[in-house]
Amino acid sequence: MSVSQVVSSPRTTGEGGERICRYSLVERVHHWVGAFFYAYCLVTGLAFWSPYMFWLATLVGGGPTARFWHPWMGLAFTASMFWMYQMWRRDMLITDVDRRWSKAMKYYIENEDEHLPPVDRFNYGQKLFFWLMFYGIILLLISGVGLWFVESIPFSLRWLCYLAVTVHVSAALATIGGFIIHVYMGTAMVRGGFTSIIRGEVSTAWAKTHHRLWYERVTRGRKSA
Amino acid sequence: MSQATLSIRRISGHAGAAPGEDVERDYQVCKLIDTTTCIGCKACEVACLEWNGYSFTDTVFDNSYQTMPQTAWNYWNLIKFNEHEREDGSITLLMRKDQCMHCADPGCLAACPADAAIVQYTNGIVDFQQQNCIGCGYCVSGCPFDIPKFNPTTKKMFKCTLCVDRVSEGLEPACIKSCPTGCLHFGSKDDMKDLAETRAKQLRENFGIEKAGVYDPAGVGGTGVIYVLHDVNNPEAYGGLPKDPHIPWVVRFWKGPAKWIGNLAMFGGILGVTLHYLRFGPKTVHDPDEQNKQNGGHA
Repeated sequence: MSVSQVVSSPRTTGEGGERICRYSLVERVHHWVGAFFYAYCLVTGLAFWSPYMFWLATLVGGGPTARFWHPWMGLAFTASMFWMYQMWRRDMLITDVDRRWSKAMKYYIENEDEHLPPVDRFNYGQKLFFWLMFYGIILLLISGVGLWFVESIPFSLRWLCYLAVTVHVSAALATIGGFIIHVYMGTAMVRGGFTSIIRGEVSTAWAKTHHRLWYERVTRGRKSA
Repeated sequence: MSQATLSIRRISGHAGAAPGEDVERDYQVCKLIDTTTCIGCKACEVACLEWNGYSFTDTVFDNSYQTMPQTAWNYWNLIKFNEHEREDGSITLLMRKDQCMHCADPGCLAACPADAAIVQYTNGIVDFQQQNCIGCGYCVSGCPFDIPKFNPTTKKMFKCTLCVDRVSEGLEPACIKSCPTGCLHFGSKDDMKDLAETRAKQLRENFGIEKAGVYDPAGVGGTGVIYVLHDVNNPEAYGGLPKDPHIPWVVRFWKGPAKWIGNLAMFGGILGVTLHYLRFGPKTVHDPDEQNKQNGGHA
């Protein structure tokens, strides 16, 4: 895997031991570019969603500005999502390991990770989130085009606007659900995860704990050497 | 509107009750359009453009008297012409002045997400406030009459105001003033409803137009613009006037239950992860190899 190679010069850290490269610079940049565009669409979308959150539009320059940029930022997020897709789609394929892991997900939620089968670079939950965002953005894009140019939809085809509204809202809520869990797990629950998407490195202990198969795969060559 | 507050409540040194005291007044305004006396002259179209300061836009010729297919952001009032075949095979030209219906239950207002971009006055006029409009076009989805139109330059929505600027000064809307046949009337909703019913009865009893009736659709709570139609059972023949207009159920659901379901789900998600953290806390990193060594080294 070209994007995840062992850091050649081990560094001493608080946890001790050497660090492993988990996310290349390119991967991290794409994650944060996507995060920025998603955050913009989230903030402005929530403003359009509820009068009680309309004040959020003020943060980005007011309602008309938010309305102008929301679709463009949505397009940018789509582009960044497709980039992440071509970057990560192989790592994100659901495998037999994931199917076994998903049956034991209860232990993951209850922090009894020792009962879980070892996983590769991403676990089943991360893969689910990836595919949720991927298919979510496709639905948001298609329905969003309808909402963007609602004036151009002939009145006789107005069921298309109703469909677009329903799909856009449902898909947005689904991604928000995934987003809440993603942020929670990346910052509070799985310590070291947030550092890894910023600096790119994890400790070997972290790698062995959370992604044992991946750890073994990326260190195999080095151990034999 | 301000005159409404100047009706007499008490009079000094006056024997007996004050004239007009406790009288219920109907301040709901209404436009009545009698399609049976419309001659399709389009004077109302011109008056609307003149009063509201718009110049003529390019018209579209489609082998009829039709000026253009539908109203536009700068063309709020349009007569819809329809060559209609009667049951006996003869042809009649149905003409209906199309504009905002000023619904009592406006779909545009229900769908709008922008604070105070659409208001409904006590007199029933539904008015767009362009300074608050964000140009999202949600009102298009909410309207059952295809009325709100988008100005691509200013990115704001526009429609008929029922000449709110004239009405607030005690004048009739510009279209009413220009009508040469008197097919347009303006007054209180009660008075217009009375006049419309009287006219429909006259058409049924004196002219043998048996299906004549008044169009004041209940699905949107009644409208501030009502029609007398030759055939009230077939409003679609008048350039697509919907038979039973109502706010689309998708818009009702989206702006009603869906909002609360979605908000509860989002709040529940945040609450859920918080509770999870309090109950289970963060995952601890442990090195299985180190543990195995400590436990005697079996893998």
